[in-house]
Amino acid sequence: MGEDLLLAMAGVDKRFAGIPALIGASFEVRRGEVHALIGQNGAGKSTLIKVLTGYHKKDAGSVSFDGKPFEVTSPQQAQASGISTIYQEINLVPYRSITENICLGREKRRFGLLDWGAMHAEAERLLARFNIKADVRRPVMEFSTATQQMVAIARAIGFDAKLVIMDEPTSSLDEREVGVLFDVIRQLKAEGVSVVFVSHKLDELYAVCDRVTIMRDGRTVRVAEISGIGKLDLVSSMLGREIARVEGHATAFTDRDPAKLGETLFAAEHLSAGSAVRDVSFSIRRGEIAGFAGLLGAGRTETARLAFAADKRSGGTMTLGGAPYDPASPIDAIAAGLGFCTEDRKAEGIVPDMSVAENMMLALMPKLAKSGIIDEARQRVVVEKFIKALSIKCSGPNQKIRELSGGNQQKVLLGRWLATEPRLLILDEPTRGIDVGAKGEIQALIKSLADDGLAVLMISSELEEVIEGADRVFVLREGLTVSEMTRAEASEDAIMAAMAEGSPEAAR
Amino acid sequence: MTDATRATVIERRPINPFDLLARYGTVIALVLLIVFNLIFTTNFATLQTLNVNLTQVCTIVIVAVGMTLVIATGGIDLSVGSLMSISGALAPMVFMSKLFPIGNIYLAVALAIIIAVGVATLLGLFNGWLIARFRIQPIIATLVLFIAGRGIAQVMTNGQLQTFKVPEFQFIGLGRVLGIPFQVIVMLVLVIIAAWVIRKTVFGRQILAIGGNEKASGLSGIAVKKVKLVVYAVSGFCAGIAGLVVIAINSASDANLVGLGMELDAIAAVAVGGTLLSGGRASIIGTLLGALTIQLVRYTLLANGVPDSVAQVAQAVIIIAAVWVQQQGRSA
Repeated sequence: MGEDLLLAMAGVDKRFAGIPALIGASFEVRRGEVHALIGQNGAGKSTLIKVLTGYHKKDAGSVSFDGKPFEVTSPQQAQASGISTIYQEINLVPYRSITENICLGREKRRFGLLDWGAMHAEAERLLARFNIKADVRRPVMEFSTATQQMVAIARAIGFDAKLVIMDEPTSSLDEREVGVLFDVIRQLKAEGVSVVFVSHKLDELYAVCDRVTIMRDGRTVRVAEISGIGKLDLVSSMLGREIARVEGHATAFTDRDPAKLGETLFAAEHLSAGSAVRDVSFSIRRGEIAGFAGLLGAGRTETARLAFAADKRSGGTMTLGGAPYDPASPIDAIAAGLGFCTEDRKAEGIVPDMSVAENMMLALMPKLAKSGIIDEARQRVVVEKFIKALSIKCSGPNQKIRELSGGNQQKVLLGRWLATEPRLLILDEPTRGIDVGAKGEIQALIKSLADDGLAVLMISSELEEVIEGADRVFVLREGLTVSEMTRAEASEDAIMAAMAEGSPEAAR
Repeated sequence: MTDATRATVIERRPINPFDLLARYGTVIALVLLIVFNLIFTTNFATLQTLNVNLTQVCTIVIVAVGMTLVIATGGIDLSVGSLMSISGALAPMVFMSKLFPIGNIYLAVALAIIIAVGVATLLGLFNGWLIARFRIQPIIATLVLFIAGRGIAQVMTNGQLQTFKVPEFQFIGLGRVLGIPFQVIVMLVLVIIAAWVIRKTVFGRQILAIGGNEKASGLSGIAVKKVKLVVYAVSGFCAGIAGLVVIAINSASDANLVGLGMELDAIAAVAVGGTLLSGGRASIIGTLLGALTIQLVRYTLLANGVPDSVAQVAQAVIIIAAVWVQQQGRSA
């Protein structure tokens, strides 16, 4: 063994209900290195970490840690063995003091009672390593997010961790706080502790990591020194595209005639809200499919939510059909002719206990009612029409939606919006988690809707979908519109380059 | 034709006995109780017994109707008992002209009802405002009036018992129409209206949608806050009416006692009736049957010489059994 390995995972398989989440995945971390673990949604990063920390049981493969075979059955056991995990959402006990949080689970005792003096001293000593001075007797929730993050890390190190896993630790921190965190990571490294760093922000990886492991579709696809791999290369490995590779049609989208597009229907200028959306401008014409491309956390969904008034924007203006458009809530947006199919079907789309018909009529229902009383007959006509038009496979309008497959649920939700006869339909990852057949059907449907004059904003993490489906592509990166491309310009290379290192200046 | 073939496919799925139990369990329990009583309880099959049971269950059902709507949105209303006591304290003050002189007794009674129920409705609206506007958890938000409400009623009456003999008012609790106690009619009317609202109106559908998935409902253009406001106001309205029924029966209003423990009786009736406490489903008829079942169990035990304290334990057992059956039906 030429290198000093702390952790070696090899050939790890994991299936959930028969569906593979990890396929022969491998992961190696050297002593005292900062190692980035990256991949798209569903690539298997979280599953790999959860297998390592004993949260999930692996189906096959070997894990060795610190030179010995490693097998744990719970995160607590992993922690005791020297692997600590800090999750994206900080899991501290908010009402308890810093000391209690840091020492939770390994309290010091004297004469059978808690030795508060020793515990406070220990907490102060741990925090001092990160140049943080805080009153350790105060409840954790009184401190800033960054300090809380440090407390979580101090807690992890307090367990004599040899390996600290940080799952998107910077997502709730501002720039200065990120700087402090990076100092801490470098400090840990200097002390010989290894760090696994999960993040979608490429710049951060280059700032603090030594090596990177890239996962895709449950496999480990690439391991490299971070200094030896370019951002574009990193993104293409993550997405599974080779640079400048040519291939045929991969989706059900077919070419459209750009001359058929109508005038501009919707335009947004300089939208902003919080740190997720900083300055996004885009427009959509009648009959056009506009695509949003970008990495996770680029602000695509957040931008769509602003257009639909699901979240409040802090800046920017919008116009719809030439007139100013300033909705206060989704109710206004729907009244103005917008529809929004969310990315998370289960949490924000379906009402699981309701029937197909009830789900489909949710947005249209008030319009089909006479003085507040539901017109069952008219509803039935509309529902039957869409079940047929979208070829939804269900036993009938009264079947519970939760009994349907993902693809059919998605079609019901599409029906919910189409029934309102919208002018602009926003589709956030319309084909995610849907089987191949239904995927093609939905793509063909989107195209035919646009052919009939509907303006569509499609957010997709699948490059083919954006390239082949969209008439115009807007690339977002860290809350900024960094590029706008026509169908002819939108090649994989161009989009990936913009996703990886585009800047707003390039878009002008 | 395709519909017919589809239907047969569905029927071929194995029927889960717990599903049937969950759906019809309350009815089965009620029928069994009636049969048991017909055999063992003397004088059970009399109009007298029916009336006793119906009048006793009335107030619970009236409150539970509002509670069902609240629970269907995924909320809960602990303040109903206290709102009953406020309404019960307020009405006699009006019709006995303690607040301001009113010459005509009919006018006085009408005003008393409107003011008492109106105030209870407004207080319900206040609950909804706390919940919708400030996103306070319903159990905490309604705890405010649960605690303060009874205190307010006592302050209004100086903690004194108000007794009265006003037949025009007491008709609510003691009167009969075609031999049916008036309060039973009030109860039935409320049950029918609420069941119709849930089934046939946009508002009812929106209540269920919010309970089933609040985020999806908001994104589908449902005015989530407004619906919640109305639902808690309706719960206050029902509690206000129930408070009047109680004092009319007793010809007295004791702010300490009116509606005491009612919130729990109502929640129990809703739970036994098959409405999920997590929201998204509502069965008003189920609530009625649930309340009747609990009442009949109590009556059966009392009529057969079992003390009330034991009857309460029996009530608890029914609730546990009902919730258990529901969970079996769901998980399978």
